[in-house]
Amino acid sequence: MAKHDRSANASGIYPAAIRASVTKLDPRQLWRNPVMFVTAIVATMTTLLGLRDLFTATAGAGVALHIAFWLWLCVIFADFAEALAEGRGRARADTLRATKSETRVRLLTGPDADPGTASMALSTSLRAGQLVYLTAGDTVPTDGEVLRGMASVNESAITGESAPVIREAGGDRSSVTGGTTIASDWIVMKVTAEPGKSFLDRMIALVEGAERQKTPNEIALNILLVGLTLIFLFVVVTLPAFASYSGTTIPVVVLGALFVTLIPTTIGGLLSAIGIAGMDRLVKANVIAKSGRAVEAAGDVDTLLLDKTGTITFGNRMADALIPAPGVDARRLAEAAALASLADKTPEGKSIVEKAREMLGAIPAMPHGAEPVAFTAQTRLSGLDLADGRRLRKGAIDAVIRLTGQTPPGALAAQVDAIARSGGTPLLVAEGDVILGVVHLKDIVKPGVRERFAELRAMGIRTVMITGDNPLTAAAIAAEAGVDDFLAEATPEMKLDLIRREQAGGRLVAMCGDGSNDAPALAQADVGVAMNAGTPAAKEAANLIDLDSDPTKLIEVVLVGKQLLISRGALTTFSIANDVAKYFAVLPAIFVAAYPGLASLNVMGLASPTSAILSAVIFNALILIALVPLALRGVRYRPASAAALLRRNLLIYGLGGLIVPFIGIKAIDLCLVALNLA
Amino acid sequence: MTFLAYALYFGALIGAALMLAAWMARVYAGIPALAGVERLLLRGAGVNPGRDMAWPGYALAVLAFNLVGFIVLYAILRGQGALPLNPDGIGGMAPDLAFNTAVSFVTNTNWQAYSGEAQLSYLSQMAGLTVQNFVSAGTGMAVAVAVIRGFTAAKGTTIGNFWVDLVRSVLWILLPLSILLALFLAWQGVPQTLLGAVTASGLEGTEQVIARGPAAAQIAIKQLGTNGGGFFGVNSAHPFENPTIASNLAQSLAILLIPVAFCFLFGRMAGDRREGRAIFAAMAVMFVAGLVVIHLYEAAGNPALGLGANMEGKEQRFGALLSSLWAASTTAASNGSVNAMHDSFMPLSGLVMLVFMQIGEVIFGGVGAGLYGMLLYVVLAVFLAGLMVGRTPEYLGRKVEAREVTLAVLAFLSMPLGILVGGAIAATVPQALAAVQDAGPHGFSEILYAYSSATGNNGSAFGGWGAAGTWHTTALGLIMLLGRYAIIVPMLAIAGSMIRKTRAPVTSGTFPTHGPLFVTLLILTVLILGALTFFPVLALGPIAEETARAAGQSF
Repeated sequence: MAKHDRSANASGIYPAAIRASVTKLDPRQLWRNPVMFVTAIVATMTTLLGLRDLFTATAGAGVALHIAFWLWLCVIFADFAEALAEGRGRARADTLRATKSETRVRLLTGPDADPGTASMALSTSLRAGQLVYLTAGDTVPTDGEVLRGMASVNESAITGESAPVIREAGGDRSSVTGGTTIASDWIVMKVTAEPGKSFLDRMIALVEGAERQKTPNEIALNILLVGLTLIFLFVVVTLPAFASYSGTTIPVVVLGALFVTLIPTTIGGLLSAIGIAGMDRLVKANVIAKSGRAVEAAGDVDTLLLDKTGTITFGNRMADALIPAPGVDARRLAEAAALASLADKTPEGKSIVEKAREMLGAIPAMPHGAEPVAFTAQTRLSGLDLADGRRLRKGAIDAVIRLTGQTPPGALAAQVDAIARSGGTPLLVAEGDVILGVVHLKDIVKPGVRERFAELRAMGIRTVMITGDNPLTAAAIAAEAGVDDFLAEATPEMKLDLIRREQAGGRLVAMCGDGSNDAPALAQADVGVAMNAGTPAAKEAANLIDLDSDPTKLIEVVLVGKQLLISRGALTTFSIANDVAKYFAVLPAIFVAAYPGLASLNVMGLASPTSAILSAVIFNALILIALVPLALRGVRYRPASAAALLRRNLLIYGLGGLIVPFIGIKAIDLCLVALNLA
Repeated sequence: MTFLAYALYFGALIGAALMLAAWMARVYAGIPALAGVERLLLRGAGVNPGRDMAWPGYALAVLAFNLVGFIVLYAILRGQGALPLNPDGIGGMAPDLAFNTAVSFVTNTNWQAYSGEAQLSYLSQMAGLTVQNFVSAGTGMAVAVAVIRGFTAAKGTTIGNFWVDLVRSVLWILLPLSILLALFLAWQGVPQTLLGAVTASGLEGTEQVIARGPAAAQIAIKQLGTNGGGFFGVNSAHPFENPTIASNLAQSLAILLIPVAFCFLFGRMAGDRREGRAIFAAMAVMFVAGLVVIHLYEAAGNPALGLGANMEGKEQRFGALLSSLWAASTTAASNGSVNAMHDSFMPLSGLVMLVFMQIGEVIFGGVGAGLYGMLLYVVLAVFLAGLMVGRTPEYLGRKVEAREVTLAVLAFLSMPLGILVGGAIAATVPQALAAVQDAGPHGFSEILYAYSSATGNNGSAFGGWGAAGTWHTTALGLIMLLGRYAIIVPMLAIAGSMIRKTRAPVTSGTFPTHGPLFVTLLILTVLILGALTFFPVLALGPIAEETARAAGQSF
C-alpha cells in the first residue's frame, strides 16, 4: 500500500516563482487584483516623482525613491506569493502531463467486434463514443467506460496507489481513467471524454490554477477590500485640503505612502495565494474539485451522509466473541472454531482464527490428514473432517441444528438471541452432534471513528449513517460509532429524500457515492464526492472526485474547506487591525509641522517623520512576505465549536494584528536609524 | 453622588425602554383592537393594508412619502408670510434656507440654520416642522422595522407595508408618548399658546420682546423622535424649552428612550432576546465610555479659565453633569437638541461628540436609524470575522454574501463621502470658509462638526459656526439627503435580500452573535472601520486643540 510522495518537488519552484513575480507586474494581470493594482499605480507615481526630484536635484528624491522601492516590493511580494502557490501546483501538473503521452490505439467498430479487425488511431484524436480495445501493457488513452471484458488496472499515475484494481463491464467499477495502464487481461472501452476534457486534463488545469475562478466568498471579500480601498482613498485625497486649512502641506509621495499602508494590502496580496493553496491541499489529498465553489461549500456543510460500509465499519463482519455452551471449556470452543475455519479464506473465517489465536495464544496447526469441508449454499456450513474421525462444523443456527439434531441449551439460546438482537450474526460451532458454542460475528467499527464524529459534532456537523442493514443492526452500529442519526434499509430514493429534507431545513448536505443510482443524490447534495472507481454517471453528478475512492475522504474535504475560509478571515482581520498602528506612525509625522503638540501621538517614539513613514511602508511590505508561508500552509485548524474558534482566532489575528505592527514598525525604525538610512 | 445620579438615569432608561419594546413588538405585529382605526385611515388614503411590499416597493414608498413631505414643507416655509397663524408677521423664508430647513426636517436631522422665534410663523412650526418631526421619526422607525423583518422574519419576499408601519409608529408609539411628555413639560412651565410674543419692561426699564408660542408639543416630539429642532434658537438651553431640572431629566430620558427600545425590539423580533441585548450592550459600552470622557473633562474644567468645572456655554441650572449627559445623549442619539453650547466644551469632549456622529449615529442613534445603522456594522463585523470560524459568514442563520457586502459597502461609503469630501470642499472654498468663527484647530472642528452633524442626520452644531450662508445651506442640505437615503435604500435592499434566504438552524458550528465576544467584535468594528477613518481629521481638529491647550494656547 505504498504511496508515492507526490508533494511537489520544492527546490525548482522558487526560481520560477521569482521570475513569475516580475512578469505578473503586467497591468493586465494586476488588474484582477484591485488592491495590488492600486498599489502598483501609487508605486509608479512615487517612482516618477522621485526620478523628477532626482533630475531636478530637489531635496527628498532619496526618500521618495526609497519609499517607491518598498512599494514595488510590496506588489512583487504579492505576485511572488501567488506564483509560489501556482508553482506548487504546476510541479504536480508536469508529472501528470508526463503520463499523457500520445499513443496509437486500436479502434473497434462495435463492442463485440473482433479485435483483429481493429483500425489504428492516435490517442489524442479520440472522440466520445468511439470504442477502443486495450490489452495488458496499454495505457488507457482517455476516460471511458468498460463495455466488455475485465482487466486489472494500475492507477498509480493518478492515485499513487501501487496495487492494481479490477475494472469490469457492468456494475459500479466500470470506469477507467486516462493515464492509467492495463496490468493484465483486456477490455473494450467506450470513450466518454471529448479531447482535452478528460479528468487528467481537468486535474492539470486545476492544479495549475489556469481555470481558477473566484469563489463566492472570495468575490464578496474582494468587494469589501475594494470598498475599504475607496474609503481610504477619500481619506487621503481630502487630506491636502484639510492640511492646507491647518497651514501645512503634505508631499504627494507621503500621501501615497499613507494610502498604501492603510489599504488592506496584506490580505489583498495574499487572497489568491490562499485560494490556490487551498485547492492544492485538496489535490494533495487526491481529490479533484470541479469548482472552487464546492470547496467553500464543504466548509459550510451541516450534515454529512456517510456510507456505513468502508467509512464507519471495515465492511466485513468479524468475530467479536466466542461464547461456549454451558459445561464446555472456552479453549475447546476456540480450538474447534479455529480448526473449522483454518481452510476458510473469507474475512469472516480469518477473523475467527484471529480471535481464537487471541484466546489460545497461538493458531492451532492444521492436523495431518484433515479434510476441509467447503461452504455451500445448500448446507450453509463449513468445517474440517479430522483423520481421527472428528467432524468440526460452523454455520448458521438452523443449519447446525439440522446437522446435529440438537437445539442449543437454554443459556446458549439466550446468547444467540442476544447477538441477533444487537445486530450481530451468530454462528454455531459443533463437534459431531455436540454444540460447543456460538461465534458472535459483528460489523466492527473502525478505530478512531467515534472520536472523529465527536469532533464533527463539536464543529456543529451532524453525521448520518447510511446503510442497507435492517434498522436493528443499523441502530446498534450507529450507537457504537456515535453517529447522530442513521438511515436503515436505505434506497437511493430514500437518500435523495433525506437530502431534500435536510436542505429544506436550511442545512447544507455532503455525501459520497459511487454507483449510478447515487447520481441523483450526488447531484442534489451541496457537496457530492464521487469515488473515482465509480460509474461515469456518479462522477458527472458529483462536484468532487476522490481519486483514492476512500469514503472517509469526505471528512478531509470538509476540513480543507474550513481551513481555507479560516485562513482568509484570519488574514483579513489581521490586515485591518494593522491600520491602527500605521495611523499612529504616519499621522504625527505628517502633522507635526502644523501642530508640534501632535508629536504626542507618536506613541512609538519613532525617530523622525521620514523614518516613521519609511518604517510604516517597510513594515507593510515585510509583513506581506512574512505571512506567505501562513497563506500557503493555511491557518492551523483544530476542530472546535465556532465560539471557541472565534475566541482563539480573534485573539491571535485580531489582537495580534493590533499589537504586532507597533512592535514591527518600532523595530524597523530602530534599524533605519542604526543603518543611517533615515 | 455623580455615579448614583448616572446609575439612576440608566436604570430608569433601560426599565422604560424594556417596557416600550414589549409594546412596540405588539404594535408592529398589529393589535386587533386598533386595526379598525388603522384600516379606516389607510383605506381613506387608498392603501391596502393587507398587501406587503418587496424591498423596492418599500423603498419607493419611503422616498415618495418623504419627497411629498419636502415639497409641502418647502411651500409652507416660502409662503408663511401670506399664510395664517402668523401673529408676529414673519415673512417668507429665502429659497436656500427653506430648502435647507425642509430637507433638515424631512431627514430627521433638524439642523437649524435659522432662529425659530425670528424666522418661523406658528403655522410653519406646527403644520410644517412638528408634522415632519412626527413623520420623519415615523419613517425611520418604519424602515428599521422593515429591516429587522428582513433579518428575522421567516423566508419570503416581502418586508412589510410602509404605510402600515408608518401609521402604527406615529399613532400608537410617537403620539401617545408625545402627549404625555408635552403635558408634563407644560406643567413644568414650557409655553403652549397661539398668542404672539409678549412685550415687557425689564428692571432697567428697557422694552424687551419675549417670544413664546406652541412650544411644549413640539419639544416633546423633538426629543422622542430624535429630531432635536428647537422651538427657540438656543434650543433646550432656553428657559422656555427646558425650565427645570425635572424637565431636563424627562427630556434626557426621552432622547434615548425609543432608540434604546429598538435594540430590545430587535431581540424580540429575532425570537432571541440575547441578540437584542448584545447590540444594546455594544452601544451602551461605547456610550458610557464617551460619557465618562466628556464628564471627566467638563468636571475638571479648563485651568486657563480658573478652578472648577468648565461652565463656559453651560446653564447654571444644569451644571457640568446634566450638560455632559445631554451632550453625550444628543450626539449619540442623532437628536441634536442642546442644553449647552457644544462649541464651548473641552476639546476632547468635542472629539467624543464628533466620533459619536461620524461613526454614523449608531450608538442608539436616531429612532430606528440607529438600529439599522448598527445592523450595517453587524453585517460587516459578521463578514470580517465570520470567516474565522470556517464557514460562510451568517447572521441569525442567514448567509452574508457578495450582494449584502456590496450593499453594506455602498451604504458605508456615505459617511466618509459626506464628512471628508464635504468637509474638504468647505475647508477650501472661500464662501464656505466665511462661516468659520474661530481660528486654528477650533475653527477646523467647527467645519468638521457641521459636516459630521449633517451626514449623521444629527442637527446640532458648534455654536460659533455661521450656518446661514448660501454655500452651507445648500451643501449641507444635499449632504443630509446623502446621509439619510444613501443608507436607507441599501439597508432595505439588504433586508430584501436576506429575507429570501433560508434560515439555517443554529448549531455549535454557528458563529455566535450574542455574548461578550461578539459585543467586543462589534465595538472594534465600529471603532476601526468607523472611527479610525476620521482619525486624521480628528487629529487636526480636537486633538491638535487639546495638545495646544495643554501647552497653554487657546483659540
